[in-house]
Amino acid sequence: MIPGSFEYHRPATLDDAVSLLTEYGDEARVLAGGHSLLPMMKLRFAEPAHLVDLNDIDTLKGITEEQGVLHIGAMTTENELIASSLLREKCPLIPEAAELIADPQVRNRGTIGGDIAHGDPSNDHPAVMMALDADLVLRGPAGERVVPADGFYLGTYYTLLEPGEILIGIRVPVPPSGSGASYQKLKRKTGDYATAASAVCLQMEGDICRKINIALTNVGPTALKADEAMQVLAGQNINDSLVGEAVRKAMAICDPAVDLRGDVEYRTHMAGEMTRRAINLALERARGNRS
Amino acid sequence: MTKQQISFVLNGQPVEVLVEPRELLIHTLREQLHQTGSHIGCETTHCGACTVDLDGKSVKSCTVLAVQVSGREVLTVEGLAVNGELHPVQEGFMQEHGLQCGFCTPGMMMRAYRFLQENPDPSEDEIRWGMSGNLCRCTGYQNIVKAIQYAARKLQSAEGA
Ligand SMILES: Cc1cc2nc3c(=O)[nH]c(=O)nc-3n(C[C@@H](O)[C@H](O)[C@H](O)COP(=O)(O)OP(=O)(O)OC[C@H]3O[C@@H](n4cnc5c(N)ncnc54)[C@H](O)[C@@H]3O)c2cc1C
Ligand code: FES
Ligand code: FES
Repeated sequence: MIPGSFEYHRPATLDDAVSLLTEYGDEARVLAGGHSLLPMMKLRFAEPAHLVDLNDIDTLKGITEEQGVLHIGAMTTENELIASSLLREKCPLIPEAAELIADPQVRNRGTIGGDIAHGDPSNDHPAVMMALDADLVLRGPAGERVVPADGFYLGTYYTLLEPGEILIGIRVPVPPSGSGASYQKLKRKTGDYATAASAVCLQMEGDICRKINIALTNVGPTALKADEAMQVLAGQNINDSLVGEAVRKAMAICDPAVDLRGDVEYRTHMAGEMTRRAINLALERARGNRS
Repeated sequence: MTKQQISFVLNGQPVEVLVEPRELLIHTLREQLHQTGSHIGCETTHCGACTVDLDGKSVKSCTVLAVQVSGREVLTVEGLAVNGELHPVQEGFMQEHGLQCGFCTPGMMMRAYRFLQENPDPSEDEIRWGMSGNLCRCTGYQNIVKAIQYAARKLQSAEGA
């Protein structure tokens, strides 16, 4: 299995990358970690005439914090997310999710930007980004724009990215104290995509849940924000019966593809169960009972 | 499509080779540079038989373009032994019977080589987690874990000496 022919470009700056993409238009694709794109090219599901490799653009790498917001460069690899002490301290949900992605070799190449931009519902970062209220920074020929992760996905492999645009970074507000989060992912084996997964991020004030986000992986054409499930719990003193109600609302929006990971009923049910576990662990973490 | 001249360091030696942009690193290594230690098991980024070290990190060379390693350093299983002396990882696989058919072994050893630098004193769980990108079709995982434990002990005692 060898990809079709293409011309390879390795720009050293973001400006050069944007002009290459503008010049070649529909013919060009960005190459990040290549761990979704190259497999698709080998199968000839993708046959770009030009590949624009972002790996030499140093400004797209790294993690910093500025005024309560984490800035993550799009070309930061999964293993760099896992190794980041800043993320462990300020937003452990991101490294926790990254550890559940693929295997050590793949995590050395795969990038958070590629995982988000790819638009495959089986990718894990999209739901995590929705749960964290993250913003995505896009850069194109007309300049920069910032869009929320919630709303970025229009369909499978179909996002708000315009031709010529590059996802350059992710901005994640540091969750305030009293927050708790969890990503629960069911997979058949290490290295597999999710059968179903659920990302939960919530804020407690005393016994009351002030705010909660819930988003689901791989049970619909895109990652899904479970708005009605969130409404069941926001402003409430959460108990088992409310969690059960929220789980039912989350299951109601599932529309999973049928594949070797299971049929519609099973994957929907597992999305519910992952949501239940994620809510309960996030609650315990917010209360300081669990790390 | 026009070929491109690339140069990189392979097992400590500078090499130059002409590649098509679409050529995967594993094919350049095996077919152009005749380093056939790295194997092709699946071609779909799952099995890890093609694992090599790229700038000090384990990667699956069936999912890296040869043009991407221009100017970088690659280490393959051919580069593990120094002056005919086996690397402790190789010795471990021999002593603990860490192979049956041997097909997965070069990838296993290259991953183990790097893993033991990332984590010199791993628990059994950590070994299994760190090796989770490598599959053994003969399913000899128990002895592979023992081989890596052997290598860890040997490397640690060399360190201490
Ligand atoms: C064996 C295996 C198991 C895996 N398991 C999981 C898993 O469990 N969970 C998971 O989430 N993923 C999984 N993946 C996929 C993940 O590893 C990929 O790395 C990720 O989906 C894509 O990121 P990338 O950096 O490799 O992007 P690439 O493959 O380089 O690119 C993917 C797509 O996004 C576009 N793109 C990339 N970066 C940008 C950017 N900055 N701006 C605009 N467009 C961009 C590319 O043009 C391409 O269309 C797995 C992959 C393998 C091989
Ligand atoms: S041949 Fe590369 S992972 Fe199997
Ligand atoms: S020894 Fe046969 S595949 Fe591992």
